[in-house]
Amino acid sequence: MYDIIIVGAGPSGLTAAIYGRRANKKVLVLEALSYGGQIINTLKIENYPAAPNISGFDFATTLYNQVKDLGTDIKFEKVIEIKDGIEKEVITTKGSYKSKTIILATGCENRKLGIDREEELIGRGVSYCATCDGGFYKDKDVAVVGGGNTALEDALYLCDVANKVYLIHRRDEFRGEEGLVDKLKEKNNIEFVYNSNVTKLNGDDKLSSVIVTDKEGNDKEIMISGLFIAVGKIPENENFRKLINLDDSGYIIAPENCHTNVEGIFVCGDARVKEVRQLVTAASDGAISATEAIRYINERK
Amino acid sequence: MGIVNVKKDNFEDVVLKSKEKVLVDFNADWCGPCRMLRPILDEIASERSNVKIVSINIDDEEDLAMKYGVSSIPCLVLFDGGKEVNRSVGLIPKDAVIEFIGE
Repeated sequence: MYDIIIVGAGPSGLTAAIYGRRANKKVLVLEALSYGGQIINTLKIENYPAAPNISGFDFATTLYNQVKDLGTDIKFEKVIEIKDGIEKEVITTKGSYKSKTIILATGCENRKLGIDREEELIGRGVSYCATCDGGFYKDKDVAVVGGGNTALEDALYLCDVANKVYLIHRRDEFRGEEGLVDKLKEKNNIEFVYNSNVTKLNGDDKLSSVIVTDKEGNDKEIMISGLFIAVGKIPENENFRKLINLDDSGYIIAPENCHTNVEGIFVCGDARVKEVRQLVTAASDGAISATEAIRYINERK
Repeated sequence: MGIVNVKKDNFEDVVLKSKEKVLVDFNADWCGPCRMLRPILDEIASERSNVKIVSINIDDEEDLAMKYGVSSIPCLVLFDGGKEVNRSVGLIPKDAVIEFIGE
């Protein structure tokens, strides 16, 4: 029987584990993939207090080792269901675990366009990470889809690597920072494709072109060898919907104190309904959710 | 069996002419997910004797990466009898790597 089971080993879940262990609680972290969450894709973290220029991998690994050294149990198993009760139960693909409290730190993943052949062409022209894969498109023509900061940053980065960059956006103005848009407009190898959606991916074993459809329904073919998709993130909480209140997008509804609608079940990090999803706010949620879980346990002794 | 680094010069001998299956890990030092995948591959390499696992640094071996159409890393390519038989892109958990390799 654990005191706290944490679902997800990203920055928020691991921070929660630190607080739990330092309060001498028995803590289990369950993770489906690998520790670190989305931050491992970041080359350099530049906005975390007092840790300038650390790589996402080093950040995640330092945090992971810190959590392990504190005596946390960590298992790599995918959670498929949670059950409420005086003793709560977490069911994974490999077994089940009992706990007094649960902290959901399930995070987010890349939103897909949801068009034909998208999955099949990942790694064959379709990418969700410009800084990871941009180098493969030196002197080639590429496109970025999206209108937020990630899309703008990706396009800026790719302008310096690729021959030509198309920025495809479904509206005629960007959600992202104006400063980034201004910087992009100064580039001489970018073409903005407004009011358009990518509707088809072409190519045999690798991407050769995309079809974009504009508001009036007109199709246009753009010849590119790389398509970088930056249309936001989505949470993965559908398995918990029976028990936990989610909003329309699937984020777990909880105020700043990280309490879900179920007593003794908390949420932290990107999976929670919130305005700012950053490394530092994830860590912050981790601390709050664990502190609340500890309080819940101690009040019931 | 540990993981060996493969270069253009020994690719044919180590990978294409291998008697056992070869799992090729295309990676780079700066790639976080690649560095996450590595300890998983190390574990499998020490547990399995009927598959050879090799590493190719795509920055050092651009030609090999291009020849095999690698455009996203980490990229695992499974060779059997000198032919590509399976491919997986992105970080996957240990169970999925084992399934990917097969018996």
